[in-house]
Amino acid sequence: MNHPNTQNEFDVAAIRNHFPILQTSVYNLPLVYFDNAATTQKPQAVIDAITNYYSKYNANIHRGVHYLSQIASQAYDDVRIKTQKFLGAAQASEIVFVRGTTEAVNLVAATYGRQQLKAGDEILISHMEHHSNIVPWQILAQQTGAVLKVIPINKNGELDMQAFYVLCTAKTKIVSVTYVSNALGTINPVKEIIDNAHKQGAVVLIDGAQAVSHFDLDVQELNCDFFACSAHKMLGPTGIGVLYGKHHLLTQMPPYMGGGDMIQSVSFNGTTYNEVPYKFEAGTPHIEGVIAWGAALDYWQTINRAQAMQHEQSLLNYCTNQLQQIKRVKIIGTAANKCSVCSFVIEGVSNFDAGMFLDTMGIAVRTGQHCTEPLMDALGVKGTIRASFFFYNTIAEVDKLIAAVKKCIDVLAK
Amino acid sequence: MQSVANAEAAIVADFEWFETWAEKYQYIIELGQKLPAMDGVFQTDDYKIKGCQSSVWLHCKIENGLLFFEADSDSTFVKGLVSLLIQVLNGRPADEILGATLTFIDAIGLRQHLAQTRANGLASMIKQIKTYALAYSSQVQ
Repeated sequence: MNHPNTQNEFDVAAIRNHFPILQTSVYNLPLVYFDNAATTQKPQAVIDAITNYYSKYNANIHRGVHYLSQIASQAYDDVRIKTQKFLGAAQASEIVFVRGTTEAVNLVAATYGRQQLKAGDEILISHMEHHSNIVPWQILAQQTGAVLKVIPINKNGELDMQAFYVLCTAKTKIVSVTYVSNALGTINPVKEIIDNAHKQGAVVLIDGAQAVSHFDLDVQELNCDFFACSAHKMLGPTGIGVLYGKHHLLTQMPPYMGGGDMIQSVSFNGTTYNEVPYKFEAGTPHIEGVIAWGAALDYWQTINRAQAMQHEQSLLNYCTNQLQQIKRVKIIGTAANKCSVCSFVIEGVSNFDAGMFLDTMGIAVRTGQHCTEPLMDALGVKGTIRASFFFYNTIAEVDKLIAAVKKCIDVLAK
Repeated sequence: MQSVANAEAAIVADFEWFETWAEKYQYIIELGQKLPAMDGVFQTDDYKIKGCQSSVWLHCKIENGLLFFEADSDSTFVKGLVSLLIQVLNGRPADEILGATLTFIDAIGLRQHLAQTRANGLASMIKQIKTYALAYSSQVQ
């Protein structure tokens, strides 16, 4: 296969200059960063936003009447509107800032879940969920007596939709599935899932952690009830994420944590809560994180996303094709609809050894179970080697990975 | 038999030949490839060390008051790490094993590459070796 010639249309070299870390070396070798599904690198604009906040307008928000607090509060609240537009939410108040996708799922399970579920009700997830979209529901099931049901997958790593239709019944109260599998890259038919779940009267949470950074989406068009994502998987800082929830649902849900900013008035006779979304944002929030997330969203606007998507798809297709030509390599996850993730195993080489070997060559990949132990069990593998791409990666970097995998087999294969 | 400190010093001297992490990795892989295969009967959950990304089995036998270890893993690199530990700790009485500080791990620059202790299981292996030593020493006392 010839090198796909996407660089002409999409100026990767120029984009790479925006990311200081991509100019660095590891072990005196240029860094090849293929662990984007774990976290993406940050453009200078995001790094600057953090420095600027602390250098110029650090103050606590929503509390002070003084100048700095006004500026910081305004900057923080502006990002909520940017996030609303980014996700296509109807109102800014439907955007709750949380620590990340994990906290968003836990919040819904602990509030909506505990309020609404009773013994015998069913929660439906899938076999390819990240542990963070399994364990909160197991906890909820233990607390309420609800039953956790699991949509199986086929050998390609796709959801068994026929099984979904059987499993999703009037008993189903919550459906929580991932848009894109973090371990395999499978894109799930979430619109179909949402529409059918609604017919059964269930609410649907979409884990969007791996989706938001790879294609455009609109929560109103999807018509999901909740949507969760993390800033750090899309150019932003760690420790900040978003829970989108339909306004009427967020309003009826009890608070998650008690503290400052989430209350209207407090007395020992009783406390009234603030309105949404503040009801769910107790305590001093991650102000710098939200502001830097705003910078990430601004940067995102400067990227031609159609071209970025096409470029990422070229990287994935090229990598998959090249790996398939290497004897001993097996691609894990061969769904028809995939993005950005290439998971594979090497016969005779442990994933861990391969990951360490690639590291010695300056190539960062992830090895192991990717927090998806049930999925790995279902696919009959102990784990995989996962290369995950972002729009700043290049075909030349994929070539380095392919050469390194071949060398790895020469050195290590038993 | 040389002291623990001397055995550690010998490993540090070996590693001084290597300039890059790639060379050290290659050497550890070679050690792993040379480590004798473990008796299959010990490759069971009873001997499996928990908390490693790779499967690691460790068995200890005692002869004349000295502890001898054999280990296996699906990871050649982890076998190489076990091989280093065996070089230092094999055939010693329990109290020497319990007293070993294993400073060679820092000295050869492994610590920085093995920060993710959960993944490589080095810490778990050391703990398991010391647990064997502790169990034996409390048995004989």
